[in-house]
Amino acid sequence: MDASSAEAATDNESANEPLLAVDDLHVEFRIEDGVVKAVNGLSYSVGRGETLAILGESGSGKSVSAQAVMGLIDSPPGFITNGSIMFGGQDLLTMDAAQRRAVRGEKIAMIFQDALSSLNPVFSVGWQISEMYRTHRGMSRRAAKAEAIKAMERVKIPDAARRVGAHPHEFSGGMRQRIMIAMALSLDPDVLIADEPTTALDVTVQAQVMDLLKELQEDTGMGLILITHDLGVVADVADRLVVMYAGRGVEQGTMHDVFSRPAHPYTEGLMHSIPRSDVHVDRLQPIHGNPPDLLRIPSGCAFRTRCPYVVERCRDEIPEPVQIGAPVSADATRSSSCFQWEEVVGHD
Amino acid sequence: MGRYIIRRVLQLIPVFIGATFLIFAMVFALPGDPIRALAGERSQSESVREALREEYNLNDPLPVQYAKYVGGLAKGDFGADFRGRPVSDTIKQRVPITARLALVAFLFEVIIGVAAGMLAGIRQRGFFDSLVLISTLTVISIPIFVLGFLAQITFGLRLGIVPVAGIKQGWVSYILPGLVLGSVSLAYVARLTRSSLIDNLKADYVRTAVSKGLSSRRVVGVHTLRNSLIPVVTYLGIDLGALLGGAIITESVFNIPGVGGAVFDGVIRQEGTTVVGLTTFIIIVYMGMTLLVDILYAVLDPRIRYD
Amino acid sequence: MTDAPTTLQPLEPAADDEDEDQLRYGSLSADAWRQLRRRPLFWLCVSIIFLLIVAAIVPGLFTSIDPQLGDQRNNLQSPSAEHWFGTDLQGRDQYARVVHGARVSIVVAFVVTLSTASIAIVLGSVAGYFGGLVDAVISRITDVWFAIPTVLGGIVMLQLFEQRTIGTLCLVLIVFGWTTKLRLVRSAVVAVRNADYIDAARALGASHRRIITRHILPNALTPLVVYTAITFGVVIAAEAALTFIGVGLRKPAVSWGLIISDSRGRIQTHSYLLLFPGMILSMAVFSFILLGDLLRDAFDPRQR
Repeated sequence: MDASSAEAATDNESANEPLLAVDDLHVEFRIEDGVVKAVNGLSYSVGRGETLAILGESGSGKSVSAQAVMGLIDSPPGFITNGSIMFGGQDLLTMDAAQRRAVRGEKIAMIFQDALSSLNPVFSVGWQISEMYRTHRGMSRRAAKAEAIKAMERVKIPDAARRVGAHPHEFSGGMRQRIMIAMALSLDPDVLIADEPTTALDVTVQAQVMDLLKELQEDTGMGLILITHDLGVVADVADRLVVMYAGRGVEQGTMHDVFSRPAHPYTEGLMHSIPRSDVHVDRLQPIHGNPPDLLRIPSGCAFRTRCPYVVERCRDEIPEPVQIGAPVSADATRSSSCFQWEEVVGHD
Repeated sequence: MGRYIIRRVLQLIPVFIGATFLIFAMVFALPGDPIRALAGERSQSESVREALREEYNLNDPLPVQYAKYVGGLAKGDFGADFRGRPVSDTIKQRVPITARLALVAFLFEVIIGVAAGMLAGIRQRGFFDSLVLISTLTVISIPIFVLGFLAQITFGLRLGIVPVAGIKQGWVSYILPGLVLGSVSLAYVARLTRSSLIDNLKADYVRTAVSKGLSSRRVVGVHTLRNSLIPVVTYLGIDLGALLGGAIITESVFNIPGVGGAVFDGVIRQEGTTVVGLTTFIIIVYMGMTLLVDILYAVLDPRIRYD
Repeated sequence: MTDAPTTLQPLEPAADDEDEDQLRYGSLSADAWRQLRRRPLFWLCVSIIFLLIVAAIVPGLFTSIDPQLGDQRNNLQSPSAEHWFGTDLQGRDQYARVVHGARVSIVVAFVVTLSTASIAIVLGSVAGYFGGLVDAVISRITDVWFAIPTVLGGIVMLQLFEQRTIGTLCLVLIVFGWTTKLRLVRSAVVAVRNADYIDAARALGASHRRIITRHILPNALTPLVVYTAITFGVVIAAEAALTFIGVGLRKPAVSWGLIISDSRGRIQTHSYLLLFPGMILSMAVFSFILLGDLLRDAFDPRQR
């Protein structure tokens, strides 16, 4: 654990209450072919100054869960069937539309994978950023524009005053993502959700954007939720990690703990399937089989069809998260949803 | 922007020459002797006929005739009919009538078409959406002359609300023909607005706008609307160009003496110069609107400004 | 949910039966067909179109009355059990005339639509695939024809013919009807021309002709198929309109445009003269346009 995350952890303890806490979230989409169970009982929390990474492959429910937090799920077809999302002592899911809107953008902001399509093509970037100040703060056009330039300078867009009137397509991919970040952070939100913020970018630019996010987080103390499919992106910046599979959080813990001693077969499979600089392996091992069809999630543990540790019990029972305490981990949030977790930890 | 316009104009010139030449060639090839037709029952001496042929360049080969004609056009001369009346006079007399009809039709398209399309698109698969889809499909399917008669029977004759033919009663005379003329485009505009709005509502930038904490009125009314209307404005502009070119069938059903009727009469009476002159005018109007739409498009969508 | 292909993707293909199922039914046209099959409106369109085609080929199945045989004593009769659609000024049975009128509309619709589609496929794919000068020439010629309004150009061109037959009408509607389709094919071909699988086929030494017919066209035809269904209806309406204003078919031909034209001036007193043929004509157009709509919905997964 590096210095900054240790610091963040102490901050967190002093506040002693998470900024945002998701508990037992269930989201499903009722479509013609059936019910897609996208999120099936996900729980996590993020504290002030903390970076939580949510890791999973396509269809694991990681993006849907973030959209549920932001209130971006269209209903129908999407329905949040259970759970709570606590923020500032209130459950976002029981708020009315106006209260919810006051939280969006102002308190919890979000940035997306593809900045080009996520920015409105027909308005200038300055207009789009200043809209935050105009609608939430009631600023005049002129004052809002000045603020927008400041926001652009904060994310290190060169020549911001001149480029404030340019349109999204006139910027490079990295600059566009910076504009998204500037817009999301314009009102100093408490929590920023970044959904695959660097996936669409070149590798070198990815690092710059991640560094920028980290730096801005240190300035503002916001909680950062980083949604990604790429372990490499989160390894250096995240404090804690939730690994998602088929709509469930199958493993949680500090970045260091999960990395060094995975306690779920899926996490272990992931570790073996990507190249790592800290461990030497002769051959990368893929995880066998395909992710489950969310219309027909297998009974019991969703991972059992691909799991090398599978036992009889996995077929009939859905494994609930069990806390993994000392001596394996000193972290109170460390958990695994696997009957065989002790086997997994002991393996390798 | 200036260069963009110049390039578009340059691209339109060969299209203009090609289109007018095609019409010119077809009219030239029309059967019958226009000079003889002009005389009707009266007898003409051979020398008079020869003089008229000379006057209308009828002895020249086709390309030469065409070149002389375009030369005249450049000076604003659309030629004269065989009674010696300048075609530009016919244009001046007929265009205001057609323009009024076009304007009424256009207003119906914009106001009803866009409004219906938006209301349908916002609540996709709702009752109003189904109503718009079915009624527009029905309107598109009924050929305009049938629709014209139906409108005359119901609104004009049964209900007696509006005049059913002619233009004697001023603006009110244009309501029914305008509605009929605009009906098909109105239906297309409604459908285009609807599908464009639905497409845009699914766009990523709408999700961003919602996550900015904007009201849904602002998300739809500001962010989505501007993008959704780009194809609609394009369609409307081209359609206005077509409307201003006259509507042969609608003018015929409602007995309106507009440009369309003048062209039709010209064809039937084999008055080549009238047909060519009016057609040239129609093509110029159409191309002018095409150009205007291109410019408007570049203004509305910043992505193509420097294309 | 737009996660890019990732390091987490399994490297080995799965081999269970469900995936095979998806592969088999996964192709676009099979998928579209599954969609269509379930929609009652689709079967409504197909039934109407089928009836029209049967009426065009064997009108005798629907009526045994001679459409040309008038009985002056029975003229202008309102619809009755004997004369379902009433009788016209000459005392001819309107129903028989409408049934026999289907032939003109259906023949013109098929000839014109299929010809324009063929022109569009050949020239559009050549222009889109080869680009450059060929494309420029074809595209400019298309622009020229496109600039002439169809009805106007049709009227002028029809005047060139002393005798107007179904063939003449088809010719005129083809001449002014191919431009939009060609643009559709061309832009669809341009869109797939530079796809990787085309490059791959080229690298494997496939001929231009083979690349166009086997690889490009199947992927570029969807918009044309949808639009072609719609143009059946548009052509039927255009033929009726040209005939209606007097530059199309002439008596004694039996066509919907002529029947409706005959009712002119009597619509106040005998509106059934307009209503029945107008309704059948509109139903024919409606079926084809709705079919086009349904095809588009079925082909375009975004609409679901």
